[in-house]
Amino acid sequence: MKLHEYQAKTLFARYGLAVPRGEVAGTAGEAREVAAQLGGRVVVKAQIHAGGRGKGGGVKVADGPEEAARVAEALIGSNLVTPQTGPEGRRVSRVLIEEGLDIERELYLGLLIDRARERPVVMASSAGGMEIEQVAADTPELILREFVDPGLGLAGFQARRLAFGLGLPARLVPPAARVMQAAYTVFRETDAALVEVNPLVVTAGGDVMALDGKVSLDDNALFRHPELRELRDLAEEDELEIAASQHDLNYIRLDGTIGCMVNGAGLAMATMDIIKLAGGEPANFLDVGGGANADQIRNAFRILMSDTNVKAVLINIFGGILRCDVLAAGVIAAVQELEVRVPVVIRMEGTNVEAGKRALQESGLDFTTADAMDEAAALVVAAAGRAA
Amino acid sequence: MSVLIDRQTRLLVQGLTGREGTFHAQQAAAFGTNVVGGVTPGKGGLVHEGWPVFDTVDQAVRETGADASVIFVPPPVAADAIMEAADAGLALAVCITEGIPTIDMLGVVRFLEDRPTRLIGPNCPGVISAGKAKAGIIPGHICREGRVGIVSKSGTLTYEAIHQLTLLGLGQTTCIGIGGDPLIGTSFVDALRLFAGDDATEAVVLIGEIGGAAEEEAAAYIAKAYPKPVVGFIAGQTAPPGRRMGHAGAIVSGGKGTAAEKMAALEAAGVTVVKSPAGIGAAVAARLQAA
Repeated sequence: MKLHEYQAKTLFARYGLAVPRGEVAGTAGEAREVAAQLGGRVVVKAQIHAGGRGKGGGVKVADGPEEAARVAEALIGSNLVTPQTGPEGRRVSRVLIEEGLDIERELYLGLLIDRARERPVVMASSAGGMEIEQVAADTPELILREFVDPGLGLAGFQARRLAFGLGLPARLVPPAARVMQAAYTVFRETDAALVEVNPLVVTAGGDVMALDGKVSLDDNALFRHPELRELRDLAEEDELEIAASQHDLNYIRLDGTIGCMVNGAGLAMATMDIIKLAGGEPANFLDVGGGANADQIRNAFRILMSDTNVKAVLINIFGGILRCDVLAAGVIAAVQELEVRVPVVIRMEGTNVEAGKRALQESGLDFTTADAMDEAAALVVAAAGRAA
Repeated sequence: MSVLIDRQTRLLVQGLTGREGTFHAQQAAAFGTNVVGGVTPGKGGLVHEGWPVFDTVDQAVRETGADASVIFVPPPVAADAIMEAADAGLALAVCITEGIPTIDMLGVVRFLEDRPTRLIGPNCPGVISAGKAKAGIIPGHICREGRVGIVSKSGTLTYEAIHQLTLLGLGQTTCIGIGGDPLIGTSFVDALRLFAGDDATEAVVLIGEIGGAAEEEAAAYIAKAYPKPVVGFIAGQTAPPGRRMGHAGAIVSGGKGTAAEKMAALEAAGVTVVKSPAGIGAAVAARLQAA
């Protein structure tokens, strides 16, 4: 689950990682008020779940409350297009108003799990304000890394080694090390998958603070953080994906014409791949899970059919725990109840497959069945082509 | 022959008294596995479906001589269950549970470093040795004793590969579902090493997916004169970047972990990489014929 910058910064402040003074605003009026309280020059930052906001015109400097209000007025309700949003952009609902700072240096700080080392890694770089992937590709020597013992946390010497490695003067090393340790505490205490501070800045006054903040939480750990779960912004998510998650279905919307319903994440990805190989484009990823029942199948169908781009549906189920006869009954009920009018190709294999096929045949509904995955893919691509 | 699990394995079920634990213990026993008991804290002393239930793994091991465990407990307590199995000295712990927080697994990985236990999973379908025994949820009836080892991050895609090998009469030795989480106990390389030492395994199927670099590590290992033919498939060739595709670990981030990179690395290592999941069985047959 992704957090907005303003939410991330609230967490930072709670764990002792300094951030600029500021507040979030949902209207131009609120923006004016916040800017007046802050005084002087302020920065107005659009709050969306995508990076590259500066390049897209979503971060602007304003001289005083009136200009802050004008900038906020223009941003709030607009669609912000950045290099990371895609051409359709993201709707801005809020802006963060912060004090303007005199910045001397821009650094990078990032924390995540290194899968190969099986440890949290703290990454720091003197090339702040740039995409870290770009830095890794162009100047990998500018990225410093410390691997953390999960039982001990980021040790003082590790944080100092990073701070000295960044070339900070001795007087700035203790505050910078404290900031890094605070960032690790945020990572650890919130069960984050990613904490990124880009840039981490040194101000003219010698403060080390988080000018930006990106936090992504481990969805699997949200059960123990009810207060963080509240921070989910549904407006940032696709409505069909939200509906799917409410039914424990794993659905990701794509832009093709062939709806897929599959059990298991790996098989669901492989089904998308084989549709593409057969010359079609998948409309979605949908994993109904290993223990899916008739209700789940109906919910899944409803979500699939809500996407008006879908011209044909491929159901690919390998019945292990989920029996094929149960699946067939669920599909028949869903097709009847939802009056599905697009062609449906069903490929099933595994437990009770014969009984399942018989049920489909006897239903009197117009299903196409296939035994092998490649055959099913060819059939559904042809069906979608005819329907288009 | 087979690896990890066979007729001699004495299997415990952690979470035996739950719905899934009960169902899969029965399935495993019906397949021929020697299921010796279960563990559910607070239910020690009960007999559940004919099996003795213990409060702790330690006690269960002392009473039954168990040497392996399969874990069906909810995500918040699964990491603890794995560590309990390792602390009791079991040689093998297979964790089926999906949804364990990554930070919990960090602790588990650290805990296992100085213990003899091999962890399979979590978030996996488990292990099955065709015609012998199983620990997990892979359906027994699709398997047939044979010549090919399978190692895979996916569940149902593994069943797909098993099915194809069975239809072609090639069969399987052992199938290992290593799981789709970012942190797992047994890697592709670990599984390949096991298959290298198993005389009955003549070829290996490796099923990977987007995310991480475990497939690239496997490629580097295979390139160093791996003794058996390997056929590979990588799921997620069409997955959009930045999206988590069902499995917690299946994500292309910062342009890294793509299917294309993994397929290229495996191909360069001499692996026959199939683009279509429907072609796995046929590719194995071709490699065995050529060998």
